This record gives sequence, C-alpha cells and structure tokens, in this order.
Amino acid sequence: EQEYHRDTLLLIFEAEYRRFALKRNGPGGFQEFYHLLQTIHRIPGVDVLLGYADIHGDLLPINNDDNFHKAVSSANPLLRIIITKREDEPVVFATNSLQRRKKGLGLTGLRTTGSSSTHQKNRPGLLIGSPQDFRQISSIIDVDILPETHRRVRLHKHGTHKPLGFYIRDGVSVRVTPQGVEKVPGVFISRLVRGGLAESTGLLGVNDEILEVNGIDVAGKSLDQVTDMMVANSHNLIVTVKPANQRNNVMHRGSKMSAGNTSMRSAGSTGSAPSHDSPSPASQSNPITASNSVAEGDSEDEDEDGDLIIENDSLPPYVSHHVTNGNNSNHNKDSPSRRPDSSTMVRPLPQSVSMPNSVGASLSNSPLAMSNHNGSPTHTASSSQESMREDGNIITL
Amino acid sequence: MKRFRRHGQESQRDRLKQELFQFSKTVEHGFPHQPSALGFSPSLQLLAIGTRSGAIKLYGAPGVEFMGLHEENAAVTQVHFLPHQVELVTLLDDNSLHMWTLRAHKGLSELLEIGRFTLTGPPGAPPSVTRVTAVLAHSSGELLLLGTEGGHVFVVEVPGFRELEERNISLDQVSSSVPDDYIGRRNLEHVEALQENPVNPNQVVIGYGRGLMVIWDLETQRAVQHIPATQQLESVWWTEDGSHILSSHSDGSYCRWSVGGEDSKDEEEKSDIPYGHFPCKAISKIVQLPTANGPPFLVFSGGMPRASYGDRHCISVIHSKTHVALDFTSRIIDFFVIRDGPQHTGDPSALVVLVEEELVVIDLQTEGWPVIQTPYLVPLHSSAITCSHHVSSIPLKLWERVIAAGELQLTHYSKKPWPITGGQNLAPDPPQRDLLLTGHEDGTVRFWDASGVCLYPMYKLSTAGVFHTDTDPNDNMNQGTEGEWPPFRKVGCFDPYSDDPRLGIQKIHLCKYSGYLIVAGTAGQILVLELNDEEAEQTVEAKVVDLLQGQEGFRWKGHTRLDVREEPVLFPPGFQPFALVQCQPPAVVTALTLHSEWKLVAFGTSHGFGLYDYQQKNNVFVKCTLNPSDQLAMEGPLSRVKSIKKSLRQSFRRIRRSRVSNSFPVGCNDALQEANARLEAELAEMELAPVQRKIEARSSDDSFTGLVRTLYFADTFLSDSSHNTPSLWAGTNGGSVFAYMLRLPPVEHRTDEPITAHPAKEIQLMHRAPVVGIVVLDGHGAPLPEPLEVAHDLSRSPDMQGSHHLLVVSEEQFKVFTLPKVSAKMKLKLTAIDGSRVRRVGVAWFGSSRSEDYGESGLVVLTNQGDVHVVSLPSVKMQVQYPCIRREDVSGIASCVFTKHGQGFYLISPSEFERFSLSTRCLVEPRCLVELPAHSASPTQHRPQPDGSSQLQSCFVSSAVLQEIQKSLEVDQT
Repeated sequence: EQEYHRDTLLLIFEAEYRRFALKRNGPGGFQEFYHLLQTIHRIPGVDVLLGYADIHGDLLPINNDDNFHKAVSSANPLLRIIITKREDEPVVFATNSLQRRKKGLGLTGLRTTGSSSTHQKNRPGLLIGSPQDFRQISSIIDVDILPETHRRVRLHKHGTHKPLGFYIRDGVSVRVTPQGVEKVPGVFISRLVRGGLAESTGLLGVNDEILEVNGIDVAGKSLDQVTDMMVANSHNLIVTVKPANQRNNVMHRGSKMSAGNTSMRSAGSTGSAPSHDSPSPASQSNPITASNSVAEGDSEDEDEDGDLIIENDSLPPYVSHHVTNGNNSNHNKDSPSRRPDSSTMVRPLPQSVSMPNSVGASLSNSPLAMSNHNGSPTHTASSSQESMREDGNIITL
Repeated sequence: MKRFRRHGQESQRDRLKQELFQFSKTVEHGFPHQPSALGFSPSLQLLAIGTRSGAIKLYGAPGVEFMGLHEENAAVTQVHFLPHQVELVTLLDDNSLHMWTLRAHKGLSELLEIGRFTLTGPPGAPPSVTRVTAVLAHSSGELLLLGTEGGHVFVVEVPGFRELEERNISLDQVSSSVPDDYIGRRNLEHVEALQENPVNPNQVVIGYGRGLMVIWDLETQRAVQHIPATQQLESVWWTEDGSHILSSHSDGSYCRWSVGGEDSKDEEEKSDIPYGHFPCKAISKIVQLPTANGPPFLVFSGGMPRASYGDRHCISVIHSKTHVALDFTSRIIDFFVIRDGPQHTGDPSALVVLVEEELVVIDLQTEGWPVIQTPYLVPLHSSAITCSHHVSSIPLKLWERVIAAGELQLTHYSKKPWPITGGQNLAPDPPQRDLLLTGHEDGTVRFWDASGVCLYPMYKLSTAGVFHTDTDPNDNMNQGTEGEWPPFRKVGCFDPYSDDPRLGIQKIHLCKYSGYLIVAGTAGQILVLELNDEEAEQTVEAKVVDLLQGQEGFRWKGHTRLDVREEPVLFPPGFQPFALVQCQPPAVVTALTLHSEWKLVAFGTSHGFGLYDYQQKNNVFVKCTLNPSDQLAMEGPLSRVKSIKKSLRQSFRRIRRSRVSNSFPVGCNDALQEANARLEAELAEMELAPVQRKIEARSSDDSFTGLVRTLYFADTFLSDSSHNTPSLWAGTNGGSVFAYMLRLPPVEHRTDEPITAHPAKEIQLMHRAPVVGIVVLDGHGAPLPEPLEVAHDLSRSPDMQGSHHLLVVSEEQFKVFTLPKVSAKMKLKLTAIDGSRVRRVGVAWFGSSRSEDYGESGLVVLTNQGDVHVVSLPSVKMQVQYPCIRREDVSGIASCVFTKHGQGFYLISPSEFERFSLSTRCLVEPRCLVELPAHSASPTQHRPQPDGSSQLQSCFVSSAVLQEIQKSLEVDQT
C-alpha cells in the first residue's frame, strides 16, 4: 500500500539521512512535500533544492508539482531524494551524475533504483545546469503561419544582464509587386552589439528589415516611433524581420534547417535557437504565446503587474491633529533611505511588499515565496536581484 | 442578440463622443512670425499683415480678425487694399498676385482667396520684364498698376485680373519722351514706386530706380512731366493737394518737387539730408500729411548716419519744431499713418509701425507722442517664452485686482482708444474669465486675458528685483540727453536680451482662490508671492534646501545660485514675493505644485524634491531621487560645450579601443583576428552609419532617472480606507512614484506646530518610462477638485465614501491603481501600440453640446507625434484622436498647455500661440463682420458689386437654369 524511501539531506560539511513513508496515491503537491521535508529535517526556513534519482540513475530536480508527481510515480519502490542547501554551489543535474556523485561522496552503500548501467561509465556526462540557471533568451515563433522569407523572433530580456543590443536605422525596402519593383521606406537593423542578446541568439542580423513589433506593422512609422515601440515592448520583444540573409530560413514542416548557420556566433546559446524550430500545434491558436510553455513564468503580459510596489504599513496610525510625535518629526528631516535610527531598522516586518513574484522570491532567496503569491508571471531571479539592488535603499523604509 | 446589443451601446457611445468632442484650431494669438508686408484700408479701418510663410492676417477692432494662407509657400512682399472695396491684393515673392475678399456668410465675414494671377510678358521676354516690383491699387478700385523690374508698368483690371494690354506703359514709351540729356546717360532701371495723384486719378507718378520720375496720364497715355532726380530712388509720396511730390533716396536725402502743368523746368524745390554731414543710410519711405491748421507731419523711415547709427531702426517724425527719431528694437517692415475724420482725411492721429517683432502705435495727438497699448498683436516673445500656465474661471475679485495692478503699469501709455476700429465683433461674451500666464527668460511672468479672441496683456510681474543681477538698475534705456542728435526715443517692448539666464521662469502655479502665486526658475529658485494692492517694502527670506542630502562625491558644474538681495526691496502693487526657496544644487526646477489651503509648496529638480511650508517659512522634508551613478544629472545643465567634449572623449575612446585590438600579439588564433576584423568593421560602420537608434530597455542606470517630472497634492486614503489624509505624490523620469503622508497641525496651531511627512508608498513602474502625471480619482471616478475649490462652492465635494484610485500617467502608459493598497487595476498602453509617447497631459471637463447638464471628465493628451487624444476617466479608454501639431515641431509640442475645459494653446512660432479646442461646448473663435461703410462709397466707385460674388452668382444662376430646364423636361414627359 505504501512504500518507504530514504531521503538524504546533504549539508555543507555534514550529511544526514532520513527515511520516511509517503502515500503514493495521494502525495499532495510539491509545496506540501517541501514543507514536510523541512519539518522532518527540522530545517524550517532553510532554502533547499530537491533532486531525485530517476530509474536511469540521473539526478533530476523536484521543484514543482509535475516533476514531484513524476518522481513519486517513478519510485520503485524506493525514491531517493537529495536535498541541497540553496547557497551551495549549484547542484549540477546531469545524466549519469548520480554515479559520479556516488563515488565522490562515497555513498556506495545506497542501493540505487534502476541499476547503474556500466556503459555509461566511460562517457562523460553532459552537464546541465540547474533549472533556475536556464532561461529562454530567444525563440523563433509562428513558423507555420509566416511566409518563409520572414522570421518572428522573440527576445526575452528578462533575467539577463545582457543588453538587447541592437540598433535600427531608416532604409529603403524593395518590394516586388505585380506592377514591378517598388521601393518603400523601411526600418532595418543597423548594428548588433557584441555580446548583446540580439547577437547571441543568432536570429537577428545586420540589415534585416523590421516588419512588425509585437504584432504591429511598422509600415508608415518613423524610426523614432519604431524605436519607442521596441523600447516599450523591450521586456518581451517580438520582432518580425525579413532577414537579409535568406539562406538560413526555417523550412516548413518536415524539411530540415539548412546547414551551416553562419550567423551563430555565440557558442553559449546556439543550442537554444534551433531547438524551437519545430512548429508546435499551439502556435496556431495563439501565436504570441506559442512557445511559452517552456518559458518559466513568462507571459506576454508580464509587465502587467510587474511594477514594484512598496507600501509602508507602519505608518503612524491616523490621529486627528492632536498628537504630534516629536520623534517622528525629527527623523522626517532625514532622508528616509539613510535614516540611522534603529527604529527604522527594526521595523521591516510590518511593511508589505507586493511585487513580481520572483522579486519576492529573491528577497527571501527561496522558491517558497513564489507559491505564496498568485500565479502571476515572474521574472527570473537574477533580474529581480538586480532590481532589488538598485532599489535597495527603499527596502529599509 | 448579445452582440447586437453591444453594438447598439457602442453606437450610443459614438454618438455621445460626437456630442462631447470636436477638434478645431480656432485662433492665433500674438504677433505673426516674420512679418514681411503691411497694408491698411482707411475705409474699412482694417490692417493687414503678410508674413514670410505666406500667411495674411487682417485685424480691425479688438476681436475682429481674419487669417488666410497662400497655398504657395512664398513670402508676402506687398499687401494693398483696393480703395473703398472689401478686396485686397497680395504680391508674393514668387511673383504671383492674389485677390482676397471678405465675404459675408450667415452674418459673419470670412476671408477668401478669389483669384490669382501672374503677369505673362511677351513670348521670349526675360523674366525680369514681368517681375513685379511696385503695385498701385488705383482709387477707382478697378485697376491695378504693376511696375516691374524691367521698367514696364502693366495695367490689370481687378478683381478679375484681366490684363489691359493697350493701357500698359512700356519702358520704350517712357524713355522716348525723356529728355535726351537724362536718358542718354542712364538706364532707368526697375519701377521703384507708383503713386496716384490724390486730386487727379488719371495721373500717376512712376518712379524708376535710377531716380527719374515720370508723371503719366492714364487717359491720354502720355507723359505729363519728368522729374529728373539723380539719386537712387527709394520711395515717392504725392502730397495731398497734388501740388508736390516727395522723393526719398538711397543717400539719406529727400527732395520736394513741385508738380506744374508745364512740361519744363522741373527744379527740385527743396532737398535735404536730415541727418546729414556724414554719409547716411537710405530713407526707405517718406510720408507727408497736412494738418487742418498748422504745419504738416513729415514721417520717414531710415536716413541715419551710416557710421554712428547705421544699426538703428528708426522712424523720424517731424511736426513743426518737434522732431523725434523713434528708435525700434527690430527691423522696420513698413508704417502708415491713421487720419481723423469721417473720410479719414483729417489730421494725422496715429502712426502705426510694423517692425519685425512687434506692432507699435504712436498717438500723434497727445503731447509727447505716447505709445498706445495694442489690444492684439502683442509680442508674446518680448522676452523668450520659457513656460506657460493656464487658469480657467478666475473669480471676479482676483480678476479685478490683477487688472488694477496692471493698469498702474500702463501710466506711460496713451489714454487714447485703439485707433483701428474696423468691423464688428459679433462673438458672444466669453463665458468665463481665463488667465494665461507666460514665464519668460528675463524672469518676468506676464498675465494675459485669454478669455476671448484677443490675448490682451493684463499685468507683468518681474522677479528680477529679488536678486542681484549683473546689470545696474540705474542704467536704464531712457537716456535722452539734452540736445542729442539724432533725437532718439526708444519705443517698443521687444527686448530679447536677458540680463541673467538664471532668472528664466520654468514653472508657474497660481491659486485663483487665494491669490497665491509660485514661480520657479532656472537656478533652482522658487518664489512664493501674494497679491497685494499696495506697494510694500519687504525683505524676501531665502531658504536654501540641500536636495542631495549630503551625498558625497558629486560636483555641480552648472551655474551658481542667484544672489538674493538682503536689504528690503520696494515692490509695486501686484504680486509681491514674501518667501524664497533656493535648491542646492541650483538645478532648474522641473516640477512645482501649490496647495494654498495647506499652505504648502512642493518643488522638484533633477536631484530630488522637497516640501516647503510657506506659513512657517520652513522646509518640511527633502527626498533625494538622484541615482548615485548618474553623473550627468549631477554635473549640471547640459551645455553644448560639454556635449562636444563628451563626444570628443567618446571618439578618442573608440580610437584607443581599435588600437588596442590591433596590438594583439601576432600569432593569435584566427578567431581573435576575426573578432578584430569584425570590431573594425563595426567601428567603420558606426562612423559611417546614418541616423540609428539604440534599442534598449530602460534601466535604472540611465541618466536623469531621478529627475522629478510631476508633483501632486491629494487628500486621499493612504494607510486605510476609512481615514483620508493629506498626501504628496511625486513622479520621476525613471518611472518611480513616491507618496508621502502629510500630517498638518490643527488650524489653531498651524503657525507653531511642525508639519510632518512620512514616506507611505513607492511604486517603480516596470517599464520605467517617465511619470508625467499623477491624478487621484474619487469614489465616483472623478478627479479630486483643486485646493479651496470646494470651499468656494465651485465644485461638488469629492466622493470620500467609495474607494479612491490612483492614476499614473507615464510617457508610455496610463495606469490605474487601487488605493489605499496599491495594486494595478487597469491600464492603457500607448507607446507599445503605436509608438507615440505622452508629452503633455491635463485633466479637462467636457460638456455635451446637446444636453446642458451632461458632461464628463477626461484626460487630454498630446503625444510626441503631435496628436491630441482624449482618454476617458476613470476607465482609461481612448476616446478620440486628432492630428494637431506637426511632429517635427518639437518646440510647439513642448509649449502646449491645456485648459480645464478642453481647449489648449501651443506656440506656432516664438511669438504666436495657436489656440485649439477639443470641446464642442467650449470654443473661442473669432466671429466678426466687416461691411463697406456706406459713407465711404466714393464717387469713383461705380461697380454695383465686386466681381467675385457676381461670378459666384453666375455660377449659381447657371445651375438654377439647369434645374429649370430639367424641370421643364420632366413636365414635358408627364
């Protein structure tokens, strides 16, 4: 009826093992499980990462309901769960990683589920960063509804320190019409900044003509207008271009990408570009969010509630004119951000911060925080850290 | 079914929109930019000004004005009214002639172009033959004489522009009759002047460039008399009795010639170089007018001694022993003299001078020839306009006090009424008293009556007196030492030179209920002023406020603070300063607001914002918004020099970078070389590339993110939904909004207990676009009323029961948040959708044109594309959109101000405001009628009606005839 598993807690210099039972048919959600683990290990409030060994011996993450259920279902009958403190150097989830870990940590006594296959030993494991280290930086979308000569590229500015990194200019576009060749003003990419997002995707090139910005035709718009549109949409920029180099166009269903994508310069991210080439059926129904399923918490309207709002709930209670707190009036003369008073330092709690979830997450540096908020879109941790850093002075309000 | 119903609702909304909104440009206020021609009709009492951009503007009595625009983008070089007609002719510098008329339509006159004409010379003739240089509108009203560069005079019948070839006066005809001793030596050159004999319409004098004048008889088509002047001719004037001709010349001389019957012995009667001895500049125009009993008036422009006063713009008026050289501050375009009497043939009463930057009218009948204050055409830009502020519905009391203060400033003006009186102003009295305040570069604030069509100057406030400035106040212009020659007298108010650019006014806020005014300027100064009907001598207390809050490591490289006078200063009746805040660093004030009920002023610069209590004369708090890495904002105003320096630095850096990349050791791998090559290519491209724009998300590191763009006081719910409190809101260039809860002591302790402020909220807009407007909407979704508005029973009190909402307008979005807990409720994206950005925003009330009691509040928005939008409140939905200003006209867009009733003003030139209206109900536009006065119908006028209308009538007749025929045909069929 129920199976028992050992789960492992690895701390920096110590290791602790616990074994406990879980109902297979009703394991509940990831959060419950997470809390359960924290309770069991008496580590409430410590941020941890969860991983499990699947039947192939690969160390895979548990960080949401889906992969938690998957993990539970794969228990045979034992499920090994490895808990790592978050501050540690990132856990590398990898194929075959468990074997190496086993060696390194000398955990040979543990029985692995789904036995280790010997042929894997000699092959170096492909290193894959932990999920929070992944972020989608670009995608080609709507391949199946666009003409082959066009390319719709989505740049995910969020969660990267990289600049978007491109420039646009006015130019002349040549259109072939039944009447003949027609020249019309157009807007073109004039320059890619080295190391910028645009360049690293390899999907945009100099002299590509900009046709649309987030679904809006730029025909008849001035360079400044197109610039402003792009900047306004920079959090989730979708540009439809007519690439100057038409050789690398995505072929429709069935046909492979033409070889030799010369425009890919940055080794780090080349993989991500063609990986979304295959048209998904979803893209027909909702072109904008077609490739969204992969993007972590990323939605087209991510700036919907993206504003950072800080409210000082510790405002002096409303008093009608009688009381004047001399203390208050004193430190009001100071800039709130630089107040040395201890009073300000001891009241961070009453203030509520509502902000994009990931900001909250990074505040406590815990994925837990995410669940406390509605399922609204998030940016990834790195950007929020940045935004908190820059606005750091106000947190002490 | 559902869809159908929704459609019905939409169309109902569309109908409502039509009842509420309507866009029109209604009137242009101020002085036309670059005037190039002046005309006057004594019979119509109308003045016409043509401009270099091809506009023609007519002015009569205050409120009577018309405007027309030539299709050709060419300067108007001459304007001539047809005597005793409602037509006028314009000559453009593309040599085309245009006929305009004032046609009555539904009881109102409108200016219409009814014909155009270009002289066609004989085939093969050079263009100079037909290049018009002089125009004479003959007193018959039927003929136009056109003198040309080739020396010919063409005669054209008007208003139809029919060339009367047989009456042309060719150069050959004239030169054949010229005495040999004259013609033998010289080419006559172009026709410089054409004048009609005031007593004999058949005689005209043709003045040629070389100096020769010929009196020509139009009937007999022969020369009557030759006047052999030898100096280059500038102008000709035929005296009223027809007995003399005055000619003015390029050497600064003028001559008087008697007109005799005989064709011989024409000696100049008198020749004079009024400012003689040394070489003089040309006298460009001369006029002599008789008086009933006394010597005539002689008026001429120019003629100044070239070396010493060659740069002066002067008109000399000589009457009896009085001789004055009126000294203008800009170039003289033209002038004319208005005369008394029913037929306008009496004594000269006023001299009207059009100079490049203003219109000056001199009262010639009052001792000392004072200037008459102009009711229109006022040079708004007498010092450059730096900002403007509009206040609607001024209470009568304040209005009268401002007028009284203004009248005291007009003591040196003439008491005579405005002498140009043509037409009737039929516009209804303005429904309310509106004030437009303009801030100027010289530290003045001018108050304009903007209620009606005439933007009338009411009062001028100068803030310079509070400070020590470079100029010595005793060094004023009214020098006029005894016996100076020429006898100069400065006239006109156009004075583009500012003593100290730091005095420039940047922000103005007037509370119409309390009469408190705050003005803020370029050097971080904020003055609080109060209206006082008496003059007062007082010291202005200055309070220096450090906006940096001790942030280290910055060095302000801009201008210094203004130096405040510490001794008491005598202030004339009017707005008198009593408190002064000086920001440190003294950066330009970028946001300003006043709450006269709480007696608080909030101000912001690129470094932060502060709250000042002008009751206690104490600063309440300061918030530094500066991003510590923002050096640019720190260093001070961006000077041209600096930007050059910066670009130099950048280019050096680029060069250095490319050198570095070249100096990699040889033997580096190919990839590196490739990278270098690419870098170089990039650099080359960067240098060669045309205009390009960087696509980058805004970040907190951008420059000037801390610049405070907007400040707003609101009595609303900040901490909980049951207690409303005073609050201050600030929005920055980096998309941040700060809210402070204010606590005011009870009224009885207002003077001694301190005001406190607590930071309550902070919003960082994700898109980081500059916040340009903050509005709190009450429980009904209506914007909160102005301070004291409710107390004065002029507004419904705000709804404090329902929940309030915060509307934040950024350059890119309109976003509504809930209060007191701030969470986004709805928004309208602008930039992401069409690429335009909000430049100006205001709250306005729109009344329905159909039902008196229906109206809506809305946001009026001007974008960087020059379009105006109305956005509904509180639902932030786009209602209407109209193109208003050319998107290239950046200064026009920047100058726009909205009124509270859906009108707006923007500068179409440094000296002119265009007024527009988005409201169907609130519309200020000229409505006037000009009719030909019955008594002015001169005997020479025989035509029953102008050709233009008869043409139209014939058109009409023909269509009527057609209908008749059709009808008869139909009858036949039945």
